[in-house]
Amino acid sequence: MEKKEFVCIGCPLGCNVAVETEGKDIKSITGNTCPRGADYVTKELTDPRRIVTSLVRVKGGELPVVSVKTVADIPRDKIGECVKALKEIVLQAPVCIGDVVVENVCGTGVNVIATKNVEKV
Amino acid sequence: MTDIIVIGAGVTGCAIARELARYDWKVTVLERASDVCEGTSKANSGIAHAGFDAVPGTLKAKLNVEGNGMMDALSAELDFPFKRNGSLVLCFDEGDRHKLQKLLEQGLKNGVKELRIIEKEELKSLEPNVSEDAVAALYAPTGGIVCPFLLTIALAENAAVNGVEFRLNTEVQKIEKISGGYRVTTGQGVLESRVVINAAGVYADRFHNMVSENKLRIIPRKGEYCLMDKKVGNWVTRTIFQLPTKYGKGVLVTPTVHGNLLVGPTAEDIDDYEGVNTTREGMEDLVKRASLSVEELPARQVITSFAGLRAHPVTEQEDFVIGQAEDAPGFFDAAGIESPGLTCAPALGKYLTAQVLEYLPAGARKDFNATRKGIPNMALADEEERQRLIRENPLYADVVCRCELVTEGEIMDAIHRPLGATTLDGIKRRTRAGMGRCQAGFCSPRTVEILARELDKDMAEIGKNDKGSEFLTGRMKEN
Amino acid sequence: MKKDLVIIGGGPAGLAAAAAAKENGVDDLVIIERDARLGGILNQCIHNGFGLHTFQEELTGPEYAERYIKKVLELEIPCKLNTMVIDLTQMSESKKNAGSSKANDAAGSKLITVMNRQEGLYTIEAKAVILAMGCRERSRGALNIPGYRPAGIYSAGTAQRYVNMEGRMPGREIVILGSGDIGLIMARRMTLEGANVKLVAELMPYSGGLKRNIVQCLDDFGIPLKLNHTVVDIKGKERVEAVVVAQVDENSRPISGTEEEITCDTLLLSCGLIPENELSGNLGVDMNPATNGPRVNESLETDKEGVFACGNVLHVHDLVDYVSEEAAQAGKCAAAYLQGRLAGAKGEIPIRAVNGVRYTVPVCIDPHRMGETQVVRFRVGSVYKDAAIEVSFNGKVVSSRKKRALAPGEMEQIILKKSELEQFQGLREITFSVRQS
Repeated sequence: MEKKEFVCIGCPLGCNVAVETEGKDIKSITGNTCPRGADYVTKELTDPRRIVTSLVRVKGGELPVVSVKTVADIPRDKIGECVKALKEIVLQAPVCIGDVVVENVCGTGVNVIATKNVEKV
Repeated sequence: MTDIIVIGAGVTGCAIARELARYDWKVTVLERASDVCEGTSKANSGIAHAGFDAVPGTLKAKLNVEGNGMMDALSAELDFPFKRNGSLVLCFDEGDRHKLQKLLEQGLKNGVKELRIIEKEELKSLEPNVSEDAVAALYAPTGGIVCPFLLTIALAENAAVNGVEFRLNTEVQKIEKISGGYRVTTGQGVLESRVVINAAGVYADRFHNMVSENKLRIIPRKGEYCLMDKKVGNWVTRTIFQLPTKYGKGVLVTPTVHGNLLVGPTAEDIDDYEGVNTTREGMEDLVKRASLSVEELPARQVITSFAGLRAHPVTEQEDFVIGQAEDAPGFFDAAGIESPGLTCAPALGKYLTAQVLEYLPAGARKDFNATRKGIPNMALADEEERQRLIRENPLYADVVCRCELVTEGEIMDAIHRPLGATTLDGIKRRTRAGMGRCQAGFCSPRTVEILARELDKDMAEIGKNDKGSEFLTGRMKEN
Repeated sequence: MKKDLVIIGGGPAGLAAAAAAKENGVDDLVIIERDARLGGILNQCIHNGFGLHTFQEELTGPEYAERYIKKVLELEIPCKLNTMVIDLTQMSESKKNAGSSKANDAAGSKLITVMNRQEGLYTIEAKAVILAMGCRERSRGALNIPGYRPAGIYSAGTAQRYVNMEGRMPGREIVILGSGDIGLIMARRMTLEGANVKLVAELMPYSGGLKRNIVQCLDDFGIPLKLNHTVVDIKGKERVEAVVVAQVDENSRPISGTEEEITCDTLLLSCGLIPENELSGNLGVDMNPATNGPRVNESLETDKEGVFACGNVLHVHDLVDYVSEEAAQAGKCAAAYLQGRLAGAKGEIPIRAVNGVRYTVPVCIDPHRMGETQVVRFRVGSVYKDAAIEVSFNGKVVSSRKKRALAPGEMEQIILKKSELEQFQGLREITFSVRQS
């Protein structure tokens, strides 16, 4: 039996939710005030995912970098790898919001897109 | 061999250099920092003292009154901000009146004009925010406020355009007596000079003691200050002192010449010659002591705090150490220049130059140009002047520092003039960009960018002041 | 130059205000923006989490800004970029009479002095003004943090600009003071771009940031958060070499003996935002010391007729969605004012913030002039659990809303109905308060 503590992010209350697990099985969830707490913790335990935002270099633009994001959340343990995958990329200005920067980043099936317009200078 | 080396580009060194520039000498100023005005001169009260504090007969007394008297003309000549706002010394206790009287007599002996004691009623009419507890005050209408940065920079620039060579980032390591002069070893090579002038602030004892057996000792005396928002800059209009204590002039409350309110300094003797850190105790002490002088000190309006070191000489007569060292011909000290050193600087420059002339005669230079024009100031300019500046250069319409209204035009001027700024602090002291209420939060990235562009450097090479103070440590995703 | 409406600031507040004003019939308007692009601080807030409320989508800051920029461009609202407003004053009586044959037209006009590289320095005469200048961060000096003054001390927003706009790192080993959302977001940003964030210290016993940010910006990366801690000393002469962090007591004073020196080259400060009301001050606008913003009525109009305020210059918001919403109301009210539809006040009822409610926006409400409903935004002064927000009319509780949690970091709102106000006979005063169970 393993015990883990989470702070639920569902609302400002921020319940401290305690979970007992055995292997991959969740044995008990306590401390949550509402069902959202249980859902949140289950997701965090079994498949935590995050949207990643970062930067990519741009050549010939009004700015030297452009902001980017994963269009959907990716597994949390891929965040570092995802940012690394952006390191060597250099875009040519102009860059438009929505331009795909990397397809299927780190095999997640999720694209990385530009989130800012960078005009050519 | 050069004629004269001045060690230190603080206000004293720069004032001396500017006076030396009037004569046919080859003069080099050595400064270890990356800019002028980086030591004691950058962190003090910015007061042109009237001259009632010093013991009559001392050099301090003489140079103070002379220096104060020179300020109006000098400010016109060199275009730096100076204002004769008057000063008051508050007396809080009927039993202390004799101290006020003593100050008055001392001041009159020193030659301070218009000095008089005023009673509570007149005091309150002059300064409505002054403490109810004040029973009387010494009023010195000749007291003034001056920008210590711009005074120093103006003196340095004027010296430079008149042929004085400034070597920045050049730390003096060793001084040796050689035939006909001195050999000065620096981090950037060896120089030889007939005359050496020691204006090294808190380090002046170190250099003096390299050539003289009459040892000198300087104690760094730390003074902490709090600077408040311009919103409360008119809390008082005159400089408000308290009756002196054994630690100096007590805490003052004064408007600055730029319109902020300044409170300080504390006085603490320390061992660290670089110990310009502020302390919680110091700042709390300041607020407590300043609150004696004014009603409801707006302590919440503090925008920054800083500390400076005064070069306090351990001498019997409590005076500056100025002149040729007895056992080292050609080695002149301008040492122990604590308060009122800023006020004294212009007079000190003349006084010391006269002594150097006796030792190493030289003719006056006919082409000496005594005037210097400062950087245009959009914040203070009137509508017509603003329009004229913008017509001349549209960059004067491009605001970089929003709090102090400093434009790209002014920053460009600060970079490209003689002894131009190469650091963020250099820009700040010349233009006030970053000195406002946001404390460079908004403008510093842009100023760094302009400095890099104009100096043809990468942004990562631009620092706050000396080497090692660069702002940027690398690029994203490098690690 | 003359304009019906001038909007000072092209950030989220200014954009939404301008769009709403135009949509409500104001054609002669202009946005003045000091930066090179519209969008304000959103341009550097590249993280996600914007727009959930407005667009039911999770956008990044630049994407959120772009929605409004597009709207402003589509509505053909003129914008002056790289343009600084350097003064804002009321047109003087003498000028009014001398300067205009239609004296009535100029009555109450505002003079906006602006400056830019292309057009130089000139004055715009406006019938109405919307203040949307945003806010600034509290600096190290204002926080009175003792120590040396080396390079490496940045407000979180300055660091954010270096990283997100320039791709430059302002440090390698980071300590962050303040756990507001900007501080938390920067902890993650700096980490992702290669820095080592060693600690976030928070003076208060609770974080000012969203729970979600604590989890996703700190916990995800194993960054410790120390509550009841502050920075008591900064070491290093040229560059920060270390900071000393200490625990504080209930009066926020450092506890001697708890000091811990942390080696780092950078200290980021995320210790609160201050509305930038210097221009409002020039105009003599009446200010609310609780918000550092103007006191406004239900139309978001200041005590100066025809001068409206919205967004972070009015009071610091937690979510940009609320800024847009509030700004749209300001734009709409400015339009009503210009069209003579904002009837003169018939009796403004003051709203008092008491018992844990720190302030309300607006500070008063005119039942005759208000719309069918009126949003009242406010913040509480400390953390509450299982409390209630009570609204009282003349001291009588008329509504009580249960709140499982209240925190100073989160903006709250309650909607008042016109009908309720009108039905209450002899309404003199509305009170907002927190009731603890």
